Amino acid sequence: MKFLVVDDEKDVELLFQQKLRKEIRNGSIELKFAFSGNEALEIMEKSESEEVMYIFSDINMPGMTGLELLDKLKAKFPQIPVSMISAYGDAENYEKAIELGAKEFFVKPINFENLKVELNKIIEDKEPKKE
Amino acid sequence: MGFENVIAFIFLYYLRRQLKTKEIPERWRQPINYGLIIVVSLAILAGSGLVNDLLLKFLSILLISYIVYNIFTHPEFSGTKSLVYAALPLIAVSLIRDIFELAMPEFFKTWDKVFDVASFFAFIWLVAMYITYRKQKKALLAEKIKALEREKEFQITQTLKAKLEVDVAERTAELVKQKEELEKALEELKSAQAQLIQSEKMASLGELTAGIAHEIQNPLNFVNNFSEVSQELIDEMHQELESGDLEEVKAIALDIKQNLEKIHHHGSRADNIVKGMLLHSRSSLGEKTPTDINMLADEYLRLSYHGLRAKDKSFNADFKTDFETNLPKINIVPQDIGRVMLNLINNAFYAVNDQRKKAENSDFKPSVTVNTSMNEKENKIIIKIADNGPGIPKQMKDKIFQPFFTTKPTGQGTGLGLSLSYDIVKAHGGELKVESPAKEGKGLPTLSNGQAGTVFIVTLPI
Ligand SMILES: Nc1ncnc2c1ncn2[C@@H]1O[C@H](COP(=O)(O)OP(=O)(O)O)[C@@H](O)[C@H]1O
Ligand SMILES: [Mg+2]
Repeated sequence: MKFLVVDDEKDVELLFQQKLRKEIRNGSIELKFAFSGNEALEIMEKSESEEVMYIFSDINMPGMTGLELLDKLKAKFPQIPVSMISAYGDAENYEKAIELGAKEFFVKPINFENLKVELNKIIEDKEPKKE
Repeated sequence: MGFENVIAFIFLYYLRRQLKTKEIPERWRQPINYGLIIVVSLAILAGSGLVNDLLLKFLSILLISYIVYNIFTHPEFSGTKSLVYAALPLIAVSLIRDIFELAMPEFFKTWDKVFDVASFFAFIWLVAMYITYRKQKKALLAEKIKALEREKEFQITQTLKAKLEVDVAERTAELVKQKEELEKALEELKSAQAQLIQSEKMASLGELTAGIAHEIQNPLNFVNNFSEVSQELIDEMHQELESGDLEEVKAIALDIKQNLEKIHHHGSRADNIVKGMLLHSRSSLGEKTPTDINMLADEYLRLSYHGLRAKDKSFNADFKTDFETNLPKINIVPQDIGRVMLNLINNAFYAVNDQRKKAENSDFKPSVTVNTSMNEKENKIIIKIADNGPGIPKQMKDKIFQPFFTTKPTGQGTGLGLSLSYDIVKAHGGELKVESPAKEGKGLPTLSNGQAGTVFIVTLPI
């Protein structure tokens, strides 16, 4: 089960790896990171076969914003759920994100308990199909 | 008959005229009038032949003598003296003739002709004297008039002088007042300028607050997250200790150490931003401290970007840094150079965002870059803030550094940013220059059609 996390803050990688340490160790999930919208699109185009199942993206990034990325992802990979993470929990960003087809909207600081619940939902959804 | 009466009449008449011209005091009016009456009476009496000729002659002589005496003894008649001198021979001849006529009629008869001749010459003398007297009098009068005129002129100049002095005093007072007013105005201007600079600082601080909030929130999130996750890791570590998996324990310990470093790193990041914000708002003269230009540029680039993002949701632009990694620290007032960077970066972001709105084609990629480099030969650090915005028209380039020059709508620009930046850089012994249209180069945004681009170049001595 592969997840892609997009954020311009590099330390997010370390944080996710530690927060999801157990899940990574027991192999139930695999994390990939991108530090800009462009990088995320590149990864997606290359690793389509590897099947990224879920994308988390920060909104506030220089260059391509998370919302622009969301728009592009939804056009190219409509089947992959994308959730947004924003430092500003304002209505404007939230509505825009939902309108563009975001699955969930997380506000920073990320509540990893909620995030894990979301992850487990995805995993459970997918696993019966595999069996 | 003799000339005594005629001469007396002329004298008196003359004195009367002088009365009118005030050359003789008023108290002489009566005596002169009496004298005239007497002369006229004597003449009439002499003509009528009723009174003894001898007596009349005697009276006439007495009268003329009396008049001559008075004229000589009173200084107020000095003006008439010359007339008397003129008449004296005639009076004398007349007197002598009368005396001879009365005392020796025989002798008189034979020498009659001599007396006539003498009288004639005395008369000529009188006329000649009178004419010179008139001339002198005229000259005197002219002199007097001239003197009067001179006096008048003097008076006029005197009054003019007095008036001038008053005028000068007035003008001086006015000038002093004006000078004081100007000094006051200058004072007011100075304090207004100080206030403007302060409010520009505050305005840019206001622009910053959103960016600051974001820039503090982010590291704080990391601090919280990493400390939380470290607690979880310690719990896990206990479990692994109990199960005896020492390898895993070591791995976890390493992670915890790394997390503590991260906590420290993000804590200092927030600390720096708060310190920078305080420095930025401080109005007192900053002190020069050895500063890492790359760190300063990076900090303000992020502050500017997040500030603009938070203020305007539609704003977006890419930003890149291209730093020379071996820059020495240089001695600058960090908050001042920080303000310069903030102004230049804000302007650049504004310009590219403007271009993005105008272009409305999806191909345009708004981009701002900050590039640092070193000129070792000249001992200088060069900071380039470049954008791929619309550029600055040639005829506007001289004006942008002038205070209050702005092309932005009210509320969005003060027009003070570049002028203050220019002053700050100059105070550091550096240079602030603009290049537009921008030449493409290493670390500068790529330009496509329709984008002139602008590069601001700050040069600071090492
Ligand atoms: N990077 C840039 N690109 C295009 N125009 C610029 C740029 N920087 C400054 N200018 C022009 O210079 C003017 C003055 O800038 P500034 O002194 O910072 O005042 P303000 O930003 O408040 O208008 C701006 O209004 C703009 O017209
Ligand atoms: Mg400005």
